[in-house]
Amino acid sequence: MRYTPHTQADIDAMLSKLGISDISELFGGIELPKDSPKRGLDISGLSAQETERSLKRLAAKNKVYDTVFLGAGAYKHYIPPVVRHIAANPRFVTAYTPYQPEMSQGILQAIFEYQSCITRLTGLDASNASMYDGATAAAEAVLMCAGGGGDVLVSEGVNPDVIAVIETYLSGVGRTVTKIPLGADGLTDIEFVKARLSTAACCLISQPNYLGNIEKAKTLGGLLNGAGVGYIMHVYPMALGVLASPSECGADFATGEGQPLGMPLGFGGPYLGFIAAREKYIRKMTGRIVGATTDKDGKIVYVLTLQAREQHIRREKASSSICSNEALCALTAAVYLSAIGKRGLAEVGEACLSKAHYLADGLQKAGLKLKYKDTEFFNEFVTVSDPADAELSADRILRRLRRRGILGGLRLSKTELLWCATELNTKDEIDGACRVISGRGGRG
Amino acid sequence: MSLIFEKSVDGRRGVTFSALDVPKYTLPPDAEYLRQSPAVLPEVSELDLVRHYDGLSSKAYGVDSGFYPLGSCTMKYNPKLCEDTAALDGFCQIHPLQGGLSAQGCLEAAYLLTEYLGRITGMDCGTLQPAAGAHGEFTSLLMIKAYFKSIGQNRTKIIVPDSAHGTNPASAAMAGFEVVNIPSDCDGFVDIDALDAAMDGGVAAFMLTNPNTLGLFEKNISKIAGIVHGRGGILYYDGANLNAVMGISRPGDLGFDIMHINLHKTFATPHGGGGPGAGPVLCKEFLGGFLPRPTVVKDKNGRYSLKDGVRGGKSIGKTRAFFGNFLVCIKALTYITALGAEGITDAARKAVLNANYMRALTSEFLPVGSGACMHEFVASCEELKRDSGVSALDVAKALIDCKMHPPTIYFPLIVHEAMMFEPTETESKQTIDAAVAALKQIIETAKTNPESIKSAPVSTPVGRPDEVKAARKPVLRF
Repeated sequence: MRYTPHTQADIDAMLSKLGISDISELFGGIELPKDSPKRGLDISGLSAQETERSLKRLAAKNKVYDTVFLGAGAYKHYIPPVVRHIAANPRFVTAYTPYQPEMSQGILQAIFEYQSCITRLTGLDASNASMYDGATAAAEAVLMCAGGGGDVLVSEGVNPDVIAVIETYLSGVGRTVTKIPLGADGLTDIEFVKARLSTAACCLISQPNYLGNIEKAKTLGGLLNGAGVGYIMHVYPMALGVLASPSECGADFATGEGQPLGMPLGFGGPYLGFIAAREKYIRKMTGRIVGATTDKDGKIVYVLTLQAREQHIRREKASSSICSNEALCALTAAVYLSAIGKRGLAEVGEACLSKAHYLADGLQKAGLKLKYKDTEFFNEFVTVSDPADAELSADRILRRLRRRGILGGLRLSKTELLWCATELNTKDEIDGACRVISGRGGRG
Repeated sequence: MSLIFEKSVDGRRGVTFSALDVPKYTLPPDAEYLRQSPAVLPEVSELDLVRHYDGLSSKAYGVDSGFYPLGSCTMKYNPKLCEDTAALDGFCQIHPLQGGLSAQGCLEAAYLLTEYLGRITGMDCGTLQPAAGAHGEFTSLLMIKAYFKSIGQNRTKIIVPDSAHGTNPASAAMAGFEVVNIPSDCDGFVDIDALDAAMDGGVAAFMLTNPNTLGLFEKNISKIAGIVHGRGGILYYDGANLNAVMGISRPGDLGFDIMHINLHKTFATPHGGGGPGAGPVLCKEFLGGFLPRPTVVKDKNGRYSLKDGVRGGKSIGKTRAFFGNFLVCIKALTYITALGAEGITDAARKAVLNANYMRALTSEFLPVGSGACMHEFVASCEELKRDSGVSALDVAKALIDCKMHPPTIYFPLIVHEAMMFEPTETESKQTIDAAVAALKQIIETAKTNPESIKSAPVSTPVGRPDEVKAARKPVLRF
């Protein structure tokens, strides 16, 4: 398959204009290595029809689970058809970064609306235009907060992949992370933080945390604000209709993974990192930012702004090297949030909360225990099984569910599983899964 | 056009969720973690939403709308086939943690794409993890840093030519390196003497874009490789311009050790108005152990899995949470599968033919530098500005009124009043002819009636923005 439109007549006319007889002459100046390449290209081209068949064959080798109880950083939520349709508009899909505002108002306004949605979600003053994913958003927030030195405190309740990315980002500038342990209640140890307030530059926690537990984010915020330590909250956007906003908790920065806002699981990407901050950090903010201004007739115009922070102007002194970000994902999130609206955000949060608690009840009846039974959780939680009961080991449970076409929770150890429920999980699905685990659904 | 927030009506709904079929769970009402004031999101109907975004799309411009010769961005046509394959449930509905055994198709796709990119670039191994080109640069630079640490050498500097993309020095600084800028000659070629002088034992790597940002193939590659390697440094290839040479010349064969590729440029994945892109990193074997974890491996039974600790376990860690912008990778894999080796070479040849043809037509009324170009060329409005006061910016704005996207302007920095055109291989002779005719008309008008060009664009919904005001008093949300 080729996508080049040239006819032989076109090529002849073009070559004639150039005064040459073959395209190869244009490559005459290229220095090619004397020894022949070790490996040839060796890729046989296919027709469009054959290509489609070949990719469909690959896709068919993956197992699509209709029922999913796995989260741990990537979440299956309902994606309204209108979201997909709007985000598939070729004028959004096939545009480049909006460098020419006069002909890109649609994209710029969409990003401005996204930024507005994120500030409303988080309660903070400003959002950038998007980040590569939630983990890189958290990492760059840390870099912004900790630039002047001091300890970087990161809760062990933050998703381990997010911590790993923060550590990698910090390694460039020779910095490391100090991990805040979790208490027996599965919550960030606030006493540990208290003891380190004088040397800390910033503190990052996750709300709810990786194990689903709801952190005392406001108490922590009071402590950190009082000590002048930068406070970063890494939040699950679907919880923000129910749980206190980062602003209400006193956070300086909010970061998070925006995938749940209308993006499919997609084996990990493309996803959407969001980052929002208080006013005083705006001129240090990483990435693209869209702002409103006017033209000479006073009409409102949206533009990429505060570019003095950015790589194409500041080069090595830029606040980040971000050029392409995740604009189409940001647009998708804005459409999603506008589609569900103020009430929808609260409803979906309440549904996640209620379904997860119903699942937790069912699993307990099936013989599992909650690891943190006295701690409130949002839509994820950890179960433990009796090590003596092999039938209820994490591996056996997952295998039995798999045979029924159900994707169970994340295996944390031989006896521990991290479960997730969203508004998509029905009572019947949950009952069915619990029956399979208890054995009443037949042991496979 | 009003914002979606301004169209909001209290109580209106776009989407409703299923009624709760389980008992409602309520958190303790006095808990400190409950939200006090709701997130005031827009409340609109589905139709309100559809019309709002239809209105916005009419004020956007993509490759599907018309010619988009934005230099260095390779705005080629994005085949619809790739959109379809990336939308297959068998890819979209796969959880990144659901386990390799039930995601063999995803792993095979990732393995295949990495393998194909290796063959195209002449590199031994790679990762699909970076989400964009600059992210790939950052990843590579951390790998370079880890490599020198592992062999006990303290190299703290990265050399970057002044013609490089801004992401190069910015990524180097993020990775904790000191940036040493060296000058380029007037054609954007590396100043060999300057490189020779700067290349001391403290330099970790030299970052080079080839063809360079003036669209010319670096003439002294083997000399450059000799200098850099001779002093123990690493040669980095910025793959932004790979489209010009894919299937013809391979960075790995020319002596480059590590590189990133912009899938959203060379491999036809759409840019989405600023991402998602993808910036895979490819490298030679000796750097392979430092690649981000995990790596896709294939065992002797043909089974694929994700593994940490491959090639000696010296990985820099993770630069992104999951396995890259995977659905973007599926689009690129689809594109490469369809084109095959011959199609890939054909694309590069036609990209270079189109650029040279457009350059030849343009040279009749604007200076375009000397010698044949590769996939893009730089014209200068310096004389035009001196004679008429009309700048590259003015010309670019006037092109908008001709229903095309302007070229990249004021880059590279080493050419005054630069306009960088990259037509790409998917444009026809007729499209290029029409664009050059429009450009010529603008240049002629500029000489007789400069004010009309300076007031462009006039056909767009808004005029030129007051950017100073935007930066001085930032309004960043509704």
